[in-house]
Amino acid sequence: MENKDCGCPRRENPDFLDSGLLPAGSPGTPFASTRRRLIEILLGSGFLASIASFLYPVARYLVPPAVSDLGSDEVIAAKVGDLKPNSGKIFKFGSRPGLLLLNAEGEYKALAGTCTHLSCTVQYRGDLQQVWCACHNGIYGQDGRNISGPPPRPLESFQVVVRGQEIVVRRTMRA
Amino acid sequence: MKLIRSIYEWLDERLDLGELSAPLRHKTVPVHYHSVWYYLGGITLFLFGVQVVTGILLLLYYRPGVNEAFESVQYIVTRVQFGWLIRSIHSWAANLMVFTAFIHMFSVLFLRAYRRPREMTWVSGMLLLFLTMGFGFSGYLLPWNELAYFATQVGTDIVGQVPVIGHPLMVFLRGGEDVSGATLSRFFGFHVAVLPGITVALLAIHLFLIQRQGISVPPGMEAAANALAYLRKHDPAAAELWLQRAGFPEQRSMKFFPNFFLRELMAWYVALGVLGALAALFPWELGTKADPFAPAPAGIKPEWYFMFMFQTLKLIPAKVGPIDGELLGIGLFGVAGGIWLLLPFLNLQGKGRRSQLVMGLGIFALTYMIAMTIYGYLAK
Repeated sequence: MENKDCGCPRRENPDFLDSGLLPAGSPGTPFASTRRRLIEILLGSGFLASIASFLYPVARYLVPPAVSDLGSDEVIAAKVGDLKPNSGKIFKFGSRPGLLLLNAEGEYKALAGTCTHLSCTVQYRGDLQQVWCACHNGIYGQDGRNISGPPPRPLESFQVVVRGQEIVVRRTMRA
Repeated sequence: MKLIRSIYEWLDERLDLGELSAPLRHKTVPVHYHSVWYYLGGITLFLFGVQVVTGILLLLYYRPGVNEAFESVQYIVTRVQFGWLIRSIHSWAANLMVFTAFIHMFSVLFLRAYRRPREMTWVSGMLLLFLTMGFGFSGYLLPWNELAYFATQVGTDIVGQVPVIGHPLMVFLRGGEDVSGATLSRFFGFHVAVLPGITVALLAIHLFLIQRQGISVPPGMEAAANALAYLRKHDPAAAELWLQRAGFPEQRSMKFFPNFFLRELMAWYVALGVLGALAALFPWELGTKADPFAPAPAGIKPEWYFMFMFQTLKLIPAKVGPIDGELLGIGLFGVAGGIWLLLPFLNLQGKGRRSQLVMGLGIFALTYMIAMTIYGYLAK
């Protein structure tokens, strides 16, 4: 007696067939159908695994290589005399902007130039004597504290050292 | 599975997908001794898909421009993870695609599938082949390396030799009198925007025609099938007798979906395997950066699919009688390309002496291309 589906000898499993689990008229025997199922699972999982191996390089490719931050922890932001009192200047600190300001009292201060709200670049407003972000009217104090508007956090502040004619901005070391 | 089923039913209820997919379900593919050739168009299509995907991936990092193009490709192959693989696959798939497109073209020719009523399919296919070569030519320049620079110099110069329209056409291609950054910008635009746009439109027409007209069978088989159908209609007994006596197998066919489709998928899988192996084992070289003021390096060669034309032009003497040799060569290739484009109109029936003429032309062209390509690579 042969199995209709695969033409292979039929293997009886009376216990199972008699158990009434299969609806009447099910094609093939339980053994034949599990064998077919096994092959399907093996082929299918092999196929899917190979597809995953094709997609893996693509996914890795999409991740941009990390740019080594060439900016050191110290940068010459300006020269003495570049800034008038009560004004500010954007300088390059690594790959990001920084804000150097000279307040009305003649004191230098340096802050991160990127607004903590949605990353616009901030500026010093002489009329307000405060740091202002034009995008959503965010206001920070001269020490970087967020005073009003949407900014959620203060701006990071940097150490300023006047070394001869050079104004050096240094990232404060954290423990 | 149940989820997919219910999503399908939701869509089907609104869009009547059943009716939309009916042509696909009824489509059949003839099964005969030469059926293997039917896979090549599909493989070419698959490789085009690979080109679209890898091309978009390369676009994420590539920057056109004299000062950036070479460096950005260098960045892709050295810094970006698997960048070498993506670029290598793009280069290899381009070459394989030209190769399979040529085989597809010649198989259609020799199976006489170009004959009435499929002239438009042939013409659209030939235009796609020309576009593929245009993709190859424009893409070759993009890494801005030495070989590509001089190949483009020579290639566009040939265009400039064409009488009357040649010079303006060359200036249009180069974006000026010389190959420069302007040429790179243009070729980049052609390669990633103009050519893909035209190709997708033509491809849609090509596939629509194939879908609409069904797949061609060689004329002999078609005639036998028609005769059998005629006999069956008028004298079924005689038809059966003829079928037995002639030992002629009745024309068989398989359903396109899922039978042929799954086989085609297997072919694609194999093509992808070959492509991946080639790309991984023989990564495409980048060469050295182009320098317009350096002398051309020795052994400058075009891509292999332009080699037969390149070699022919090298062999033609400077003057053939009163005609300029270069011009004669370009003229001949122009005429040959034109004839090839309109080949079905030479032999609409696909039989008789005209058919022999077309077959002869096909064999001649194939032999000539292979011989000249080999000669081109052997000759120093």
